[in-house]
Amino acid sequence: MKFEANFLIFLGIFGAITALVYGILSDELAGTVMLAGFALLGLFPGGYYLWWHRRIGTRAEDDPNAELVDGAGVVGVFPSSSIWPFIFGVGCALVAISLVFGFWTALPGFFMVISAAFGIVSESRHGGLSRH
Amino acid sequence: MTFGGFRGVTVQAKDEFKLWQGMLIAGFIVGGIVYALIFWSSVMYRRRHADYIPHQFHSNKPIEIIYTTLPILIIVGIFYFTVVTENEVDAVSSTPSEIVHVVAYRWGWQFSYDSGYNVSQGVLIKTAAEPKLLALPFASNEYPRLLLPQGETVRIVLTSADTIHGFYVPEFNFSRYAQPGVTNEFDFTPTTIGTYSGQCTQYCGLYHSEMRFSVQVVTPAKFQQWLTTTQTSQAQGAA
Amino acid sequence: MTLLTDRPKVSDDDHGAGGHDGEHHGPVGIMKWLTSTDHKVIGMSYTITSFVMFLIAGLFAIMIRVQLTGPDSTIVSQHTYNELFTMHGSLMIYLFIGPFAFGGLANYIVPLQVGAPDMAFPRLNAFSYWLYLTGSLIMIGGFLTVGGSADFGWVAYAPLSDAVNSPGAGPDMWIVALMLTGFSAIFTGVNLVTTIFYLRAPGMTMFRVPIFTWNMLVTGILILIAFPVLFGALVMLWCDRHLGTHIFSVVGGGVPVLWQNLFWFWGHPEVYIIALPFFGVVTEVLPVFSRKPLFGYRGMIFATISIAALSTAVWAHHMFTTGTVLLPFFSLMSYFIAVPTGIKFFNWIGTMWRGSVILNTPMLFSIGFLLLFLGGGVTGIFLASPPIDFATHDTYFVVAHFHQVIFALVFGAFSAIYYWHPKFFGRMLRDGLGKISFWLMIVGSFVMLTPMYLVGLRGMPRRIAEYAATDGWTFENRLVTIGSLMIFVGVAVTLVNLVVSWRKPVFCGANPWDANSLEWATSSPPPHHNFDSIPPIRSERPVWDANHPDFTTHDHGLSPAEPAEVSV
Repeated sequence: MKFEANFLIFLGIFGAITALVYGILSDELAGTVMLAGFALLGLFPGGYYLWWHRRIGTRAEDDPNAELVDGAGVVGVFPSSSIWPFIFGVGCALVAISLVFGFWTALPGFFMVISAAFGIVSESRHGGLSRH
Repeated sequence: MTFGGFRGVTVQAKDEFKLWQGMLIAGFIVGGIVYALIFWSSVMYRRRHADYIPHQFHSNKPIEIIYTTLPILIIVGIFYFTVVTENEVDAVSSTPSEIVHVVAYRWGWQFSYDSGYNVSQGVLIKTAAEPKLLALPFASNEYPRLLLPQGETVRIVLTSADTIHGFYVPEFNFSRYAQPGVTNEFDFTPTTIGTYSGQCTQYCGLYHSEMRFSVQVVTPAKFQQWLTTTQTSQAQGAA
Repeated sequence: MTLLTDRPKVSDDDHGAGGHDGEHHGPVGIMKWLTSTDHKVIGMSYTITSFVMFLIAGLFAIMIRVQLTGPDSTIVSQHTYNELFTMHGSLMIYLFIGPFAFGGLANYIVPLQVGAPDMAFPRLNAFSYWLYLTGSLIMIGGFLTVGGSADFGWVAYAPLSDAVNSPGAGPDMWIVALMLTGFSAIFTGVNLVTTIFYLRAPGMTMFRVPIFTWNMLVTGILILIAFPVLFGALVMLWCDRHLGTHIFSVVGGGVPVLWQNLFWFWGHPEVYIIALPFFGVVTEVLPVFSRKPLFGYRGMIFATISIAALSTAVWAHHMFTTGTVLLPFFSLMSYFIAVPTGIKFFNWIGTMWRGSVILNTPMLFSIGFLLLFLGGGVTGIFLASPPIDFATHDTYFVVAHFHQVIFALVFGAFSAIYYWHPKFFGRMLRDGLGKISFWLMIVGSFVMLTPMYLVGLRGMPRRIAEYAATDGWTFENRLVTIGSLMIFVGVAVTLVNLVVSWRKPVFCGANPWDANSLEWATSSPPPHHNFDSIPPIRSERPVWDANHPDFTTHDHGLSPAEPAEVSV
């Protein structure tokens, strides 16, 4: 994880230096704030990964001599087909379009979003299985 | 070799043109070398035998260092010339011979000379129906004209009454945004008598395409005469 | 329908897994499309949807070109023309080129290239697609409103985009659409970064990841940096339009140019978000068809990271003529971006140099990318100089510059289509038709772009619906139209190619190109769970190493921190 951490921290430091230089030279607030945000976006996750790397050490995918068998076992949870992303997506779209056409589309939209939230959580509790 | 650009009819435009020429020459040299390398490597190494596998090199430190540092040096050079030219183009004199306030609006231009003359012309839509409006030649009387004296420095003070517009005079090699709430100031020192086109470049809505003006450069004597005449007739008209 | 996935076994064979996925019996037909969380299905959905957007926006472009072919043109009214160029740009940038790259190609290819069974968050992936599709439909739906679609340009500058100057539902639908598609991009960025950081196969260190995947990692990070800013700006614009705020209007103490600062802080990283994936495609294709490894792999990574970092610091080069930005800072940073881009060019050339080059269709389109991007990049350097920008800003010179670099990306997209079509569908595209398509498109591109640069230098502004006969722009405009029609025909030839190759298929195996990366280690198309077996990973070319053990470039197990200066 060390390289990933250093990569993000590098971006964060670049952002911080740029924000400083730009802020001083330009005296323009919006750009300075955005660059500072970019710096934090690199430093926070990068710092977290660095701390995490010290706890975890080298993973199989960081070891140049790793054999495939080193990564054997469960890779992760990959939920199978599920209707809820579709419902969630359409629900968000209906809520969004209510900004243009009025509240009446937000009602079914919210209903779909909340159903999808329940559906996804319940799917995850059952290990990502959807029922057919 | 103009490389397609205008040589320019103001002092500032000629400064820009020199930079343009330099950049184009550098661009053609660098671009030409890289284009040649691309063509060479695409054509000269075409596969002769179906099974041939070439030497699998993938690194060459000296060359990599060269093609990293050389561009940096080139850039430092062109940045230097850019800053010099930029300072020349943006320089404002403390003693302009005339100040003109330019206000851009949807969809025309107002030119107000500090000496008293002002003109405002553009597309004014009087009816709800969208007339079939077409652009006319730049020098048409339908469009406002900005008169400038040859050899003297005129300050333009630019703003907008509504949306952002672009004050663009192609043969002056110059444009600047007209923005509401912002005043942009810049100088023109025309060198050559003539009539030049001007147009709005920042998209501003329905009749952006027809938001034209012209710039006419005349001798200083003629300029003064014109100022006096128009100022008088405007005062008479107002009275 | 696998959910807890074990790693595939090690394999010494060079063939991919069998093409069956016997245990998979999920939904079929329309229900499969609506419920699939498989990155391959989602990636293909993005690819097809975005390509449809490309074709629609391309039709708008043809209409624009027909209007501008001659002077005093009244084929369409000013209002219609303004809608046309706004929606042409909006569909192309927001709905085609980005989603094609990070939604389509990356979704399909990245998990395969890192040896993973899927993206890290499959349901989030699917959700991203539905946000994208609904957002796209809403944006196009603007045409059906009374006032028509948005017509304030794809950049929607304030104050033009406020409620006074752009009333109506069409602009609001445009704003809402971008809120949805923006989050689609953000979630895709999350998925990309997580997948590449966490789901690589054992032995695939960061310095053995294929460059396409590396570029998608950096693209994902750029998405996370940039898109939230766009979303914030859109929310502000909506509030100004509907809630009576005065963020961008002078009346009430607002600052119109703030919109530009926010928009371009997103906008410049955006052009690298759309470019880096296609840099990655070209970096995959050139080594395969030169039969050599990528030249300067580490330099490539350093260059990509530099481009991404610098791209956050150049946004105001789109605003040089506002008179309100720090010119030298943005000019210098914009010049600096040329350095890593140059490094990439030399690495691409070095890859082909003394290789064994075969000029088939994917290779031709990648070389076409190089030819176009070089020219467009050089004109970009000119524009990075404020005095030159004062003379050329908002003229057809700029239009030609960005169309040149964007056409290069489109050539990258076509290269990707011809290169990966066999992997997606198990059948080849016809090389003869592909070459015809390429030549029409490359010649058409140069025929279109050269007069466009020239007429811009002679003063023709952009976003104008018509011009006068006395302006002297007619001849160049006719050439531009001819070039655009050639491109149109070239694209049509590829469409014909897709149909012909479907109707009369020429089937292929796992690795028809003798290519390098892990996606070629599995069948064409891959099974549901991607891999039955994976070759050992000792370099960025695991499949090549397995097939050509005498021609490897292993770093011999050195740790990534030490330089791997080895030649065979």
